[in-house]
Amino acid sequence: MITLHWLYVLAGAAFASFALGSGRDASNPKRWGNMLFWALLAVSFWFGDRLGDIGNGLLVLVLVALAGAGLISRGSSETARTEERERSALRHGNALFLPALVIPSTAFLGTLLFNETPLKTLGIIDPNAVTLVLLGVGVILALLICFAWLRPSFLAAVDEGSRLANSIGWAIVLPQMLASLGVIFAAAGLGTTVGALVGAAIPHATTIMAVLIYALGMVVFTMIMGNAFAAFPVMAAAIGVPILVHSDGGNPAVIGAVGMLSGFCGTLMTPMAANFNIVPAALLELKNQYGVIKAQFATAIPLLIANILILYFGGFHR
Amino acid sequence: MINYWPLLGIALVVLGFALRFNPLLVVAIAAIATGLLGRMPILKVIGTLGHGFNDNRYVTVIYIILPVIGLLERYGLQERARALIANVRTATAGRLLLVYLGFRQILSAVGLASVAGHPQTVRPLVAPMALAAAEKQHGPLDEETTELVKAMAAATDNVGLFFGEDIFVAIASILLIQGSMASFGIQLTPFQLSVWAIPSAICAFIIHGARLLLLDRKLGRRR
Repeated sequence: MITLHWLYVLAGAAFASFALGSGRDASNPKRWGNMLFWALLAVSFWFGDRLGDIGNGLLVLVLVALAGAGLISRGSSETARTEERERSALRHGNALFLPALVIPSTAFLGTLLFNETPLKTLGIIDPNAVTLVLLGVGVILALLICFAWLRPSFLAAVDEGSRLANSIGWAIVLPQMLASLGVIFAAAGLGTTVGALVGAAIPHATTIMAVLIYALGMVVFTMIMGNAFAAFPVMAAAIGVPILVHSDGGNPAVIGAVGMLSGFCGTLMTPMAANFNIVPAALLELKNQYGVIKAQFATAIPLLIANILILYFGGFHR
Repeated sequence: MINYWPLLGIALVVLGFALRFNPLLVVAIAAIATGLLGRMPILKVIGTLGHGFNDNRYVTVIYIILPVIGLLERYGLQERARALIANVRTATAGRLLLVYLGFRQILSAVGLASVAGHPQTVRPLVAPMALAAAEKQHGPLDEETTELVKAMAAATDNVGLFFGEDIFVAIASILLIQGSMASFGIQLTPFQLSVWAIPSAICAFIIHGARLLLLDRKLGRRR
């Protein structure tokens, strides 16, 4: 059966290639730092399950030290000049989109095939890892097409991958780091603490006040934790269920669904949601690392107000 | 007696981000401080950090896509995306992103959230197309406008994803809501929950869509 393990083998290979490409980039004065950073991630993907918790913890600390001490550089030199790329774009035409579209199409058709045919019962792919495994299959297919059609050298693929990886830099592991911070927050009992604080703040308020505190609590706690998933169980236990559903008679489906979506408005406004807000800023080479968040505020605030209205009018007045 | 000291960990995160220290460093220091304040021994803190990191490797797997995108960029993918948009006379940055918003919401609503995303579609296709359209409306873009258009491209992807995916019944967040509610003895079906994601999805399309059309007016005005 194809499980996440095999995907991690592939990911380890990708990060090893970023290490190789970074080491080859003589234009980067900090290339050895970049190389070590990606090599450690390759080690994590390949051998993470054998390193033990302390071993993994030390690996994390070295990654952080490399980034924190400024030993890795963001950005690396262009590998092809603009005129070259424009000439190539003219020569290859719209077919250039094809390999890029192979990856989503594989995910789309693969999911359909897997769910609608007996493939599911054959046990080829671990059902919990289908999406990610199909992503891996799509990437391998796209790479094969690129090599067969454009005939780049092997090292060209290595250099291009590491050019992009280095333009994102340490931000690549930030989402994973934040997820482990969430694990520590939970282990230190932060969820219960925040729940107790919020619960104590409202002895008993009117329904509209309770709805406001519930929605704003979701937003603030989501902004702190970086995702609404961690905030939801806490806010549901503190306000959603005891006050909104039990004492005020709210519709639990609305309280649940729209409560979560209010949290998503918070996700739009926090750097802690790094893979949505910080990584894209790096990926698109924005000057301001908070540029994406800045662009999202004016959507998030009216949308939060809309969600509060949906909670109040959809959840209570029947 | 509840131990309130770990709350200082949150304060460290907020402070660290506000002062723009390296985010990795901020997160690691906050994690260790929170663990210690929660009365965990230092080795246990490091172990928990390592365990969490190892368990969450799937978050970082998406970057296996970089060599493909990088190769295609070398052969002119972004230039091609720009040329394609330059030939569509009615294309504007706002309209283009509006169409993308709708597609992203619908695809996410039918369970295809991972078909698009920042590395897969925004960087190689959507952002260069939006920039090309903006140049047609506005003439050469200054740095501030370039940043704005790119940031709106990324923002549009996020809004489309967040306010589409919960309409799909088998997404993690719907299952989490169902599970949390069940732990309080409230039985809900995923369908009941996903139906209630639709009003918010419509509001998201209207609100963000209006902003995208305003972006067009702003771009047009400075021509």
